[in-house]
Amino acid sequence: MYGGGYIFDEPNRKQLREEQLHDDPEKLAAFEDRITKGEKIEPGDWMPAEYRRQLIRLIEQHAHSEIIGALPEGTWITRAPGFKRKLALIAKVQDEVGHGQLLYNAAETLGKTREAMINDLLSGKSKYSNVFNYPAMTWADVTVIGFLIDAAAIVNQVANSKGSYGPYCRALERICYEESFHLKQGHDALIELATGTPVQKAMLQDALNRWWQPIMHFFGPPDKASHHSEKLMQWKVKMASNDDMRNQFLDTYVPKIWELGLSLPDPLLRKNTGTGRWEYSDPDWDLFFKVINGGGPCNQERLQVRKWAETEGRWVRKALMNNTERKAMPVA
Amino acid sequence: MNQQAISDLITKMADDELVLGHRNSEWTGLGPVMEEDIAFSSMAQDQIGHALALYRIQEEHMGGPDPDAFAFLRPAAEFKCCHLVEMPIGSYDFSLMRHFLFDHAEAVRYESLLQSEFAPLQQLARKLKGELKYHTLHADAWILQLGRAGGESYERMQAALDTCFPLACGIFEPGEADQALINDNIYPGEKVLYERWLDNIYRVLVKASLNMPDPAAITPAYGGRYGQHTPHLQPLLEEMGAVLRLDPAARW
Repeated sequence: MYGGGYIFDEPNRKQLREEQLHDDPEKLAAFEDRITKGEKIEPGDWMPAEYRRQLIRLIEQHAHSEIIGALPEGTWITRAPGFKRKLALIAKVQDEVGHGQLLYNAAETLGKTREAMINDLLSGKSKYSNVFNYPAMTWADVTVIGFLIDAAAIVNQVANSKGSYGPYCRALERICYEESFHLKQGHDALIELATGTPVQKAMLQDALNRWWQPIMHFFGPPDKASHHSEKLMQWKVKMASNDDMRNQFLDTYVPKIWELGLSLPDPLLRKNTGTGRWEYSDPDWDLFFKVINGGGPCNQERLQVRKWAETEGRWVRKALMNNTERKAMPVA
Repeated sequence: MNQQAISDLITKMADDELVLGHRNSEWTGLGPVMEEDIAFSSMAQDQIGHALALYRIQEEHMGGPDPDAFAFLRPAAEFKCCHLVEMPIGSYDFSLMRHFLFDHAEAVRYESLLQSEFAPLQQLARKLKGELKYHTLHADAWILQLGRAGGESYERMQAALDTCFPLACGIFEPGEADQALINDNIYPGEKVLYERWLDNIYRVLVKASLNMPDPAAITPAYGGRYGQHTPHLQPLLEEMGAVLRLDPAARW
């Protein structure tokens, strides 16, 4: 999936202007000129310190979201009903971990190692998409995640793939290609429940009711409350506003949910035919920030799983560094 | 040809793959490095895919049941998997050693099936040949790396080998109808496969500086082929069928 739509950039917003002052004005002008012309910035190219810092933050959070995002669905692999669903789900979750790997590699081109990024994840310094701090309680949750969360992530990732940093854009293009298959399998599994027995339909409706608010949170706070940086938009780090992405998502996917005879738990949800924009009840943004700051139902559990993997795997990584194998024989 | 004997052979092979695929999929998100997370997922997919292919042979060529119902809703006592695959994932050392021992066993088994007189098995063996090569390449590379790294890594791998070896010998538990299958050229029988397997793993273990336990001095973990299982299988099967059982009449 899973580019969380929201970049957690508040604490550093003020630094933008100050740090910019330290950049060589000529180089900065040439850099901005390249971006205006639609050129991609590559790892060896000159870039403002703030551009590098924000990109590391963005790509790193995206990578963390992929590997943490593998956990709620991953727990359902062993319970997936039947061979078809089981094989599709393992392949899908494997793709997500693979996306994590691609994205850590892309972030490493900016000068931060994978180990440093994982350490920041475990210490809580670096965040991941908030949506994964909620539990996947039934099989229907897996289909809602596979369809709607993947769909939301695609909206975000397609936007970001038009950004200015070459390695990130190329990783995203590949990721989006795989995501489009995930979306299809999620949709297929969800339709099976929506057109199934009363037990299945009830399970699916319950899952939609629980996931709707996290999905509305996915793209981040409304533009009027979000102090997004003009500079990040100009540098093509942030490619679309939170509200625009949310609107695009609602426009495509709400009709698909409604046409299956399912409801969404928001009586105000409707498209304003005059403005072309969707209207909805304001999700609980206090809850959103509470969950970001560790107060969600699964924050502790998700990080504990990652900590287990890091601690238990330490001897393996150490052994990899101590390679005494003689590579004397040619492979072919 | 003895259809029942062939069907039993297929069931034990498929059950091994299904249950080990299940176990390997439990590494999702937990691998010591991300690349190993992906590798275990990949092998789990292959193994569950092999299990499905085998159950389909029974369904399509032998009048067997629907693979989903047979695999996901059958009682534990009717499973014919060996004890090795039933064990929980434990630490990475255990899971890696199990992968090494199992995939080498699978490699010699499918290699022998290239000559099988039972055409569906022979065709499947041809189809899977390439995949299986990658499994043993992966296992060998890691066993060499971690065995030779010395220190804690070496000690863990040796301990894992000591634990896994008697369990892995249980893969080759003799079947009642082995002789009939040998006579019909379906496969060469467990004893022959066991000896080929010992040769193959020994070659890698020596290079990895690991001591293979003396096969004559251990007690192989038998019983699985006859429906006698460890206490780990029942909860695994309950988990595997949990969603299907919510509404057995439904399509999922």
